[in-house]
Amino acid sequence: MITTDTGGETPHSTVGAHEESGSPDHTVQLLSPTGDRLDDAVYSARAAHLDRAALEDLYRDMALTRRFDNEATSLQRQGELGLWPPSLGQEAAQVGSARALRPQDFVFPSYREHGVAWVRGLDMRRLLVLYRGRDHGGWDAYQHNYNVPTLVIGAHTLHATGYGMGIQRDGDIGTGDPDRDRAVVAYFGDGATSQGDVSEAMVFASAASVPVVFFCQNNQWAISVPTAKQSRIPLVHRGEGFGIPSVRVDGNDVIACYAVMDEALERAHNGGGPTFIEAVTYRMGAHTTSDDPTRYRSRAEEEHWRQRDPIARLRIHLEKSGTAPEFFDRVEAEADRLGEDTRAFCRALDKPDPESMFDHVYATSNSQIERERAWFRDYEASFDQEAQR
Amino acid sequence: MTERIAMAKAINLGLRRAMERDSKVMIMGEDVGPLGGVFRVTDSLQKDFGDSRVVDTPLAESGIIGTAIGLAYAGYRPVCEIQFDGFIFPAFDQITTQLAKARYRSGGRVKFPIVIRVPYGGGIGAVEHHSESPEALFAHTAGLRVMSPATPSDAFAMIQQAIASPDPILFFEPKARYWDKEDVDLQADDAALGLIPAPDGAVPGVAGLERARVLTSGTEVTIAAYGPTVKTALSAARVAGEEGRSIEVIDLRSISPLDIDTVATSVTKTGRLVVVHEAPTFFGAGAELAAAVTEKCFYSMQAPVLRVGGFHTPYPPANIEEEYLPSLDRVLDAVDATLAY
Repeated sequence: MITTDTGGETPHSTVGAHEESGSPDHTVQLLSPTGDRLDDAVYSARAAHLDRAALEDLYRDMALTRRFDNEATSLQRQGELGLWPPSLGQEAAQVGSARALRPQDFVFPSYREHGVAWVRGLDMRRLLVLYRGRDHGGWDAYQHNYNVPTLVIGAHTLHATGYGMGIQRDGDIGTGDPDRDRAVVAYFGDGATSQGDVSEAMVFASAASVPVVFFCQNNQWAISVPTAKQSRIPLVHRGEGFGIPSVRVDGNDVIACYAVMDEALERAHNGGGPTFIEAVTYRMGAHTTSDDPTRYRSRAEEEHWRQRDPIARLRIHLEKSGTAPEFFDRVEAEADRLGEDTRAFCRALDKPDPESMFDHVYATSNSQIERERAWFRDYEASFDQEAQR
Repeated sequence: MTERIAMAKAINLGLRRAMERDSKVMIMGEDVGPLGGVFRVTDSLQKDFGDSRVVDTPLAESGIIGTAIGLAYAGYRPVCEIQFDGFIFPAFDQITTQLAKARYRSGGRVKFPIVIRVPYGGGIGAVEHHSESPEALFAHTAGLRVMSPATPSDAFAMIQQAIASPDPILFFEPKARYWDKEDVDLQADDAALGLIPAPDGAVPGVAGLERARVLTSGTEVTIAAYGPTVKTALSAARVAGEEGRSIEVIDLRSISPLDIDTVATSVTKTGRLVVVHEAPTFFGAGAELAAAVTEKCFYSMQAPVLRVGGFHTPYPPANIEEEYLPSLDRVLDAVDATLAY
């Protein structure tokens, strides 16, 4: 494992004693919770080029993601969405890591990566179609190299590994051409690390040196089950156990998340194989809008993490380093517009044609599907005929 | 030019042709490399195509199918080998929940031309998990095609059709028939193999993928079978024929979808249907066929559809598998019973 000495505050997990004193574990941090940039022997250089303008961009990414996410939560509460999984609190882990990607890199997300979707260039509003019950996916994965979500926990880590095997076979690693070398990233959570598929993905990736990054957002809770019940050891050691270079990062530090992902991608692009990243963050909201966190965690814990809000942290830093108040006003105005656009988009999503349920089951004509489609069409038409009588 | 070869060899040569035809076709599975698979179906392929296209994977079935899905996203056409029928279940989620639904989820934007080869069925005196017939579990899942060849010639053509298909296919190979030999036309051109060249000369399309085949014409009883039991059905037809009975044998070839029309046409003529498969009859392919044929042929039928197959037990120990499997005697009994109505 790569360790560095930053002297910064380690974000602590309120569940499980993962960072006992004397542990060799280290958490990469480049921005302290009080908004000061920190030195790190290994990672500072990777973020040195992030000047104030770049950090303002990251702030905007995070603020817009949060506004969109909050709007979607409200839309669910108002009955416009069936369900919503809030990304609240995880904006730094998502935005920071995704900003390190190249356009040709490919992402297999889980269902909470709204900030990654935004950074990849996807119209975030498209995320709503799944939760309004209109579509199981909703966009062309190749347009932004951002796949539709996989809901079965951890299953997509194997897809990412397989995609990386394809990159190897295409010869798109280690060429040194920044427009050609490619990598793939799987985003998943702490609960997913218990899934067999995630272990198998790391076995395949490690054994064949596949250019894949396993980006684990440890948000402390798998619905109601704390990380301590998933693992006796810090999750970062899961990667190491498979022989994969692994690093833990403060997931609420957008600069550090950028830096560790930058390193992981460089390794993958250069043909150095996989990396496992544990981003320690916190799911400030519920698992989904159907969840009730008051049943399993304390107000005090939530308050503890509210003090470590990733967006507030960067804002303090920007304010200290001279960003004008007008910048924040502009972002807020933009967020308001995004919120309005999101509501309008959501409400305009109408019910698809019922017969479309038969589309895309198979790429080629299939007699079973065609028989059932024909029956359904006649059945639907029978109501029209009845109405005419 | 025809050559007398066994089914295992026919599939091997079919794989070779598919790999020569399309550089995106690759083989992955346990022991498929230097060993050539435990049944030697992938014999010599790694030597000739390299270990990038013929991949000895780690020993993890979910991993094999899951990474194949990712390879399909990247434009490859993986042919996965599951070493034995009973070992497919660690991959069940990746097959039924991911592979089968991935195209639907993508809104038709992504293709998953993945073939999963599964040596299946009993009669080889094996230990537990090496003799099962789990095809109905996959036929019940939309998004997958399920097929099973019965002869070397058909296996040679069907594996190439399956690989050319843009949809995921469970390709069940009757392992008890791996060593049965037949004259196979190895020079058959693409059209004869049911492969339709694409206008740009790329991956061909497929014709007749779901077509059943009438093997013997008869007037009194239809026997429908697939995979390992086609041979049993043909024997039954011959023996019954010697007793003056006229039996029509249909090789279904495709289990999902079922070629209901071909079977219904036959049953409209004969009035009687016996379905034979090794899988348990309870909720099996025969149950679906019985329901579908009854809906279509009710007024032509002289007897209820009878099924001959495995029992609702785990596959039994090898010493008593003969009594479990649908034998010639049991098929003939069913033929007699349907004629007695």
